[in-house]
Amino acid sequence: MKLGGFFLLLSGWAIVVAALTLLHGGALPAFIVAGLAVEILGLVLFAKSHIPLSEDNG
Amino acid sequence: MTPAPAEHFFGSFTLCLVFSLLVPFAIAGLALINAGLGRSRSAAHAMTSALCVISVAALVYFTCGFAIQGLPSKLGLFGGFHPEMIGSFLSPGLFLQRVDRPFSLPAICALLGLFSVGITSLIPLGASADRWRLSAACASTAMLAGWTYPVFGHLVWRTLPSILGTRLGSGFVDAGGSGAIQVTGGLTALSIAWLLGPRQGKYLSNGMPAAIPAHNGVYVMFGSMLAWIGWLGLNSAGAMLYAGSPAENSVLVAINTTFSAMAAALTAAAITRIRFRKPDASLIANGWVGGLVASSAGCASLKPATAVLTGLVAGALVVLAIEFLEFTLKVDDPCGSISVHAVAGIWGLLAVGVFSGNGGQLLAQLVGIATLLGFILPLTYGLNWLLGRFIPHRVSSDGERQGLDLHELGADAYPEFAVHADEFMFLVSSF
Repeated sequence: MKLGGFFLLLSGWAIVVAALTLLHGGALPAFIVAGLAVEILGLVLFAKSHIPLSEDNG
Repeated sequence: MTPAPAEHFFGSFTLCLVFSLLVPFAIAGLALINAGLGRSRSAAHAMTSALCVISVAALVYFTCGFAIQGLPSKLGLFGGFHPEMIGSFLSPGLFLQRVDRPFSLPAICALLGLFSVGITSLIPLGASADRWRLSAACASTAMLAGWTYPVFGHLVWRTLPSILGTRLGSGFVDAGGSGAIQVTGGLTALSIAWLLGPRQGKYLSNGMPAAIPAHNGVYVMFGSMLAWIGWLGLNSAGAMLYAGSPAENSVLVAINTTFSAMAAALTAAAITRIRFRKPDASLIANGWVGGLVASSAGCASLKPATAVLTGLVAGALVVLAIEFLEFTLKVDDPCGSISVHAVAGIWGLLAVGVFSGNGGQLLAQLVGIATLLGFILPLTYGLNWLLGRFIPHRVSSDGERQGLDLHELGADAYPEFAVHADEFMFLVSSF
């Protein structure tokens, strides 16, 4: 899950960069928002993978 | 009577220098906040770490950071361009080469950059309080100041304006560094907090967090006030150097900065009053700094009313994000650094787009936020993970129980008040 989240973060940014490089007009906002959505998904996965198990603490 | 161009330039330059010299107050304020919100047994360590990481950050930034970051693309707009004073527009080299004239704009950019990277380097210390080894903190700061911060600084103030400027609004706007200074530091703080894990005893066996109160509320409040002075300088100098804002705009910048902080502090006070029946001092201080952080991006472009709205949302976000991180994500952030700098900073960037009323500007801000989350977070996490393979980030279990003052420095911050209940138990059990 940690690696999946990590790569989703990078993939989302790649979508944004590709959209800026390749697209013009109406498709650009959609792909920027889509890239950001992929990043947020990656962030959620990455954050969940870091939640410590309760027996690890205290 | 309109001043001559040279006089106008010299006036703007002097004002910008004075603003830049206020920025160390923000560094001092953040250091005091970090020390005050941590435990008393690690207070000297917190302040020592602050001095050490600022020193490392400045030296590494001098060595290679400024060369990587380069000069901002809007520098030519400064104070009615005057070629004799502006100095070389060539990118600076390693060791500040080509910044050869002390009274040139590149020199003042280097000065503001040194102070800014000092602020960025202090932010992770707050999230890692009471458990981060001093040597690991210095090594991590070297990577932050020598690579992560300059790379994003280069993108924000040099590359993104030219890529986005003609297509999306005015391009990515981050005049005072909500993104480059604050969110970069906040995301590094998040990475470090994840890699370190929570403090001993922070989470009970049922997963609920234990309250570990701040050891000195006065430090925290005084630090917040010092930070305000520093932020007035940071935002005003940043607006002139990084956003090409005229010197006459500095009053608006100061008003926006102040309104945002005050609105955020009052929002935090109101929310904690409603939720806990009494206003929470440390969360009000966090809200105040969150308002300062959120004000930075749009300090030169927001109107005072929208600066108040930015602060209101920032104050609420900081309080809610601290709870969310602590209770739901189980991230132990003793000083609230992640919420204050990363969350409020991202909101500040977004607020520029939201309140501009321009869809293109909002998209430009989203591109900057996407770069922070999708590039800077993996970069800083990966670098610190790699560092942890060579230099362990966390102190030993015994060292953490003993307190970092004694364990790493050999002397307490408050020797006359040294005995704490569990430290005493540790000392007894060691005999």
